[in-house]
Amino acid sequence: MSALLQRLAEVRKSGDVGKLAEAIPYARWMRIAPENGTGELLTRMRFHDQLIGNTFLPAIHGGTLGAMLEMAAIFHLLWETETETVPKIVNITVDYLRSARPVDVIAAAKVTKQGRRMVNVFAEAWQDDRSKPVATANAHFLIKSDADAPPSL
Amino acid sequence: MDKAERIALFQKWFSDAIPHNKALGLRVIGAGKGFASMQLEWREELVGNPETGVLAGGPLTAMLDGCCGMSVATMLKSPEPFATLDLRIDYVRPAEPGKAVIAEAECYHVTRSVAFTRAFAHHGDPKNPIAAAAGTFMLGTKGKATRPSVSAQVRTEEKK
Repeated sequence: MSALLQRLAEVRKSGDVGKLAEAIPYARWMRIAPENGTGELLTRMRFHDQLIGNTFLPAIHGGTLGAMLEMAAIFHLLWETETETVPKIVNITVDYLRSARPVDVIAAAKVTKQGRRMVNVFAEAWQDDRSKPVATANAHFLIKSDADAPPSL
Repeated sequence: MDKAERIALFQKWFSDAIPHNKALGLRVIGAGKGFASMQLEWREELVGNPETGVLAGGPLTAMLDGCCGMSVATMLKSPEPFATLDLRIDYVRPAEPGKAVIAEAECYHVTRSVAFTRAFAHHGDPKNPIAAAAGTFMLGTKGKATRPSVSAQVRTEEKK
C-alpha cells in the first residue's frame, strides 16, 4: 500500500483532510492542500511570491493553475471515490479564462464519467468569486491497478 | 550576438524575470525563430510520489507552458503582451527519477490574435517523450510585454 493511500486511511478516521498533501513533496512546495471546512472538498493554493508568472500585472503563472487543478482532481478522486490505487493522470486540458491575481486560488472537482479503468474529471479554479473562474480543466485518470503502469501521481 | 549571448538574454527574460520559472530553476538551452528549449533539473521538492521519486505533473505543466510561451515570443515582430488561452498535456510515461527533463517547443503558426504551439518533454531523446503538449496563446492582452523585442534578436542571428 502506498504511503499516500495509508495517509488517506488515517485521514478518513481523523477527518483532517489537509494532511493528505503532506505525503506529496510537490504539494508542500506549492502550498497546495485540500480542505473540507464547508462540507465540500476544496483544494487551496496559498499565494506566495514564487507563483507569479507576470510581474507587471501581476498575475499567477498559468502552469501553476494547471498544476493545482490537477492536484484538485487527484484529491477529489482520493477522497470522494473508493479508489484502491493512486489515480494516474493520462492527460489534462486547461482553459485559461481570466488572469489570476496574487491571492489564494481555490478549486473544486467533479467526476463527469467513471468507467472501470478510466475516469473523466472536471475541475474549476476561482479566487474571491466562485462565479468568475480563473481556469477550468478536464482530465483523464487511470484508476485500475495495472502492473504495466508505474505508480505515479 | 553569438549563440551563448542570445541564450543568456532569453534566460534573463524567460526564467530569471519570471518568478515561478526561476523558482523551478528553468534553464533556457535553445532559442530560435519559432523555437524554444528549456531544461529542468530533478529535485526532491518537485516529486509527486516520494516512494518512486517520480516528478509530479505540475512542474512539467509549468515548464511546458513557459517553453511554449517563449516560442511565441520569438515569432512576434513587436514585444506585445500575450497569455495562455489553453494548454493540453499528454503524460506519455513517468519522468525517470533523478534525471533532468528537457522541453522543446515550436510555435508553428501565428495569426493577428492567436499563436499556436506544440511541445515535447523528454530525457534527451525527443523520439521517446515523457509528455506532449499543445498550447494556444492570445496575443495583445492587457498590460505590457515584460521583455524587449526578442524576434529581432532571433532574426539578426539568422541573417549572419
